[in-house]
Amino acid sequence: MSKGNWDLFEIFIRSKNGLSHKHVGSVHATDAEMAIENARDLYTRRMEGVSLWVVPSKSIVASDPGDMEHLFEPARDKVYRHPTFYKVPDNIENM
Amino acid sequence: MSNKDLYEYALSLGDNALILGQRLAEWCGHSPALELDIAVTNLSLDLIGEAQLYLDYAAEVEGEGKSADDLAYLRDCLKFRNYLLLEQPNKNWGRTTVRLFLYSTFMALYLEQLQNSKDEQLSAIAGKAIKEVLYHKRFSSEWMLRLGDGTDESKAYVQKGLEDMWRFTGELFAMSDGEKRLCEAGIAVDAASLEAPWNAEIDAILVEAGLIKPPSQAMIMGRFKGHHSEHLGHILSEMQFLQRAYPGAKW
Repeated sequence: MSKGNWDLFEIFIRSKNGLSHKHVGSVHATDAEMAIENARDLYTRRMEGVSLWVVPSKSIVASDPGDMEHLFEPARDKVYRHPTFYKVPDNIENM
Repeated sequence: MSNKDLYEYALSLGDNALILGQRLAEWCGHSPALELDIAVTNLSLDLIGEAQLYLDYAAEVEGEGKSADDLAYLRDCLKFRNYLLLEQPNKNWGRTTVRLFLYSTFMALYLEQLQNSKDEQLSAIAGKAIKEVLYHKRFSSEWMLRLGDGTDESKAYVQKGLEDMWRFTGELFAMSDGEKRLCEAGIAVDAASLEAPWNAEIDAILVEAGLIKPPSQAMIMGRFKGHHSEHLGHILSEMQFLQRAYPGAKW
């Protein structure tokens, strides 16, 4: 079996219930089931998580770095989108 | 039953985990893929951790002030009680997979029973080990399917592995007189009773993987008497080298 035939999978881990899955890296595997096992052995050896997602890397659609200006620059001068202009009432603890 | 029976039993459980752990560790740096290098050494460390628990207990039962390390590194071939299956060389990934599959399918059934042992220490170790072994079983079963149902070449490797390893599987279900006594006392597992459920699980995977089960044949045994194949000596000479050459060395 040559590793040249193995697909690349992106790995996402939920560190604990209630939090969302976060991207942690990638593994090679022949299929998704094996990707789960390889990810388990590579990325959860130190109790990093309670749930794994694997996604074929080829299924990921990425934004084009060349489009950065018109995608992200316009947000730069719109500070009013940050909720920092509101006063939090004294009795509210968890915002 | 006697303390001697319990000592031999704990020793046997420990030696199985130790010798297979040592065999799997040989893949470190040599696995077919980086991902498998990490995976197989994880499994190896699971087993060596289990070995430490069993051998610590064996040393305690023996009562001669020895440690798990003394038993692992300063004992000779004749005193080892592991199944002959586990000391056979890895040779290739297919054969390594076959052995792990045959053994961890057996151990999953075995530890399920050992959890109910009247010996609290053994039942506690079994409770911890079974979670690890269930993963070993899953990992090796998946690989049996990948290789059996893979290319002609991968199939040939696992089929050959099955044929090479099968003659050692009878020993999994054989019990020494001491183990029979422990079994009557509710301490040891009745290994003979696991043969039918083991065969059913093995058959299911072999069929799915498109592999042929080897025919019934004479089984090779020897662990009760310490009659091992030549391979155990080679494992021990490597594993025990440091403690033999530099007695008491620590780091």
